[in-house]
Amino acid sequence: MKLTRLRDASRPRISLTLDGTPIEAQQGDTLLTALLAGGAGHLRESEFGDGPRAGFCLMGACQDCWVVVEGMGRVRACATLAGQGMKVRRG
Amino acid sequence: MKVAVVGAGPAGVRAVERLVAAGLSPVWIDEAPDGGGRIYQRPPPGVNRDARTLYGFEARRATALHTALDALKPRSDWRPETLVWHIRPEARQLHTLHRGRQAGVDYDAAILCTGAMDRVIPVPGWTRPGVTTLGAAQIALKTQGCGIGGRVVFLGTGPLLWLVAYQYAKAGAEVAAVLDTTPFATKARATPGLLRGGATFVKGLYYIAWLRRRGIRIAEGIAPLAIEGDAGGVTGVAWRDASGREHRVACDAAGMGWGLKPEAQLADLARVPFRHDPLQANWVPERDAAGRTPVRGIYLAGDGAGIGGAEVAEIAGARAALALLEDAGHRVDPIETVPLDRKLAAQARFRAALERAFPFPSHLARGIADDTILCRCEGLRTGELRAAARAEAATGPAPEMNRAKAFTRVGMGRCQGRVCGVAAAEVLAAELGCDVTAIGRLRGQPPVKPIPIPAAGDAP
Repeated sequence: MKLTRLRDASRPRISLTLDGTPIEAQQGDTLLTALLAGGAGHLRESEFGDGPRAGFCLMGACQDCWVVVEGMGRVRACATLAGQGMKVRRG
Repeated sequence: MKVAVVGAGPAGVRAVERLVAAGLSPVWIDEAPDGGGRIYQRPPPGVNRDARTLYGFEARRATALHTALDALKPRSDWRPETLVWHIRPEARQLHTLHRGRQAGVDYDAAILCTGAMDRVIPVPGWTRPGVTTLGAAQIALKTQGCGIGGRVVFLGTGPLLWLVAYQYAKAGAEVAAVLDTTPFATKARATPGLLRGGATFVKGLYYIAWLRRRGIRIAEGIAPLAIEGDAGGVTGVAWRDASGREHRVACDAAGMGWGLKPEAQLADLARVPFRHDPLQANWVPERDAAGRTPVRGIYLAGDGAGIGGAEVAEIAGARAALALLEDAGHRVDPIETVPLDRKLAAQARFRAALERAFPFPSHLARGIADDTILCRCEGLRTGELRAAARAEAATGPAPEMNRAKAFTRVGMGRCQGRVCGVAAAEVLAAELGCDVTAIGRLRGQPPVKPIPIPAAGDAP
């Protein structure tokens, strides 16, 4: 999944990492936006072996966008703002 | 008197406004960092977009609501980023979680304005990255300036289908197709009733006409076949048209939804009884026209009390607050309540026409293929629920939804059946040859959303 930036796409840049790989994002991005616009493709693997997941409802209800942030623990990527230097692992 | 309002969307804002005007300072809680609800959700700090691009025709309404919201924050006990994860009506207490910290909030009366989410029907491939709800597609654009893909198919039915497609096309995304499961004739038949909606109806027609004028592919009365993809994500959507021909369009993302369903878990935990509304095809908590429930001290307003839309939510929020004040012995002039009641009644008639124009296609839910994932949390396939239903029906008592959950884990996952519950009930009903109302609904369980274990351990 690749989110496409359509509007207001020239905000100040921030950088974070996903499983050690650098991701460039923008101030005001949620983690979901930062990762999926930054080329991550997916956010986690289904525990039942049916493939990758990348969120579904984007309103904090479906719980399908869980990732782990160093120092914060498990969070919903859609409901967490991306921050400079965040170290993220797939959920 | 201790009053709590849960939710700061259109209903919550107008409820708090009336309470504050009566001299009260309610505890006001929202899970999001700011108010506005989903419909008037504000982008995070740093994302700068004017109200007109964000909210379109609703810009004036959104701005007015935000102005009221900001003015009310210092006049109430405003608690953003706070999840109400349980409500205990016998103790009149809310359990909340804010940044990992537990708190108990005592109330004498509470107004629950908990909103709604998309109602979905599983389609083969719907768990792929690149498939979201229609609401999600709209939130990505509204609050993040992003499309869910570069070339998007919108699939489902309801006003939101057409609105989101319009918003995407207008923002410069390529809309590969709009696929409405409702036939044109069904919508046309509902037109006389829809005319009651005035401006709302005209706006809807405008979106559809605008999309047609742009030459965007539109198909009505379709049955979705699959959201196709590969390791990289979504590659296309396939469907069958009304005459039985199969079609496919290439895309890299798909948004889907069939109307909305109330987020009514807290009303459920507060022991408000539910009834099945055949027109909305939703279970809704019982309340009177003013928002009073059979549970003393519990009031409901907005989409969480039955889908009505943002305009209705504002009126209902104000009305529920006045009902609360009346019940608490405040003098409330009928000059305030009568016009609200009249507006709510008129809007209910428009809503009924809208439901008839975009009916929930239960036949699609009942016909989900056996190997399609039904419950995305538990990776449960539709055939597994059917098999369990058959086995149960042969031996035990008539299965109902919560029993099916115990046997198959349908709806037992992290979303608690918010996503799969509606479709699962249809599948179960079809398998047992009974009406969906006989299947019941998944009961709400605390915590209404996952919370860290240490937080639960600290519960007050």
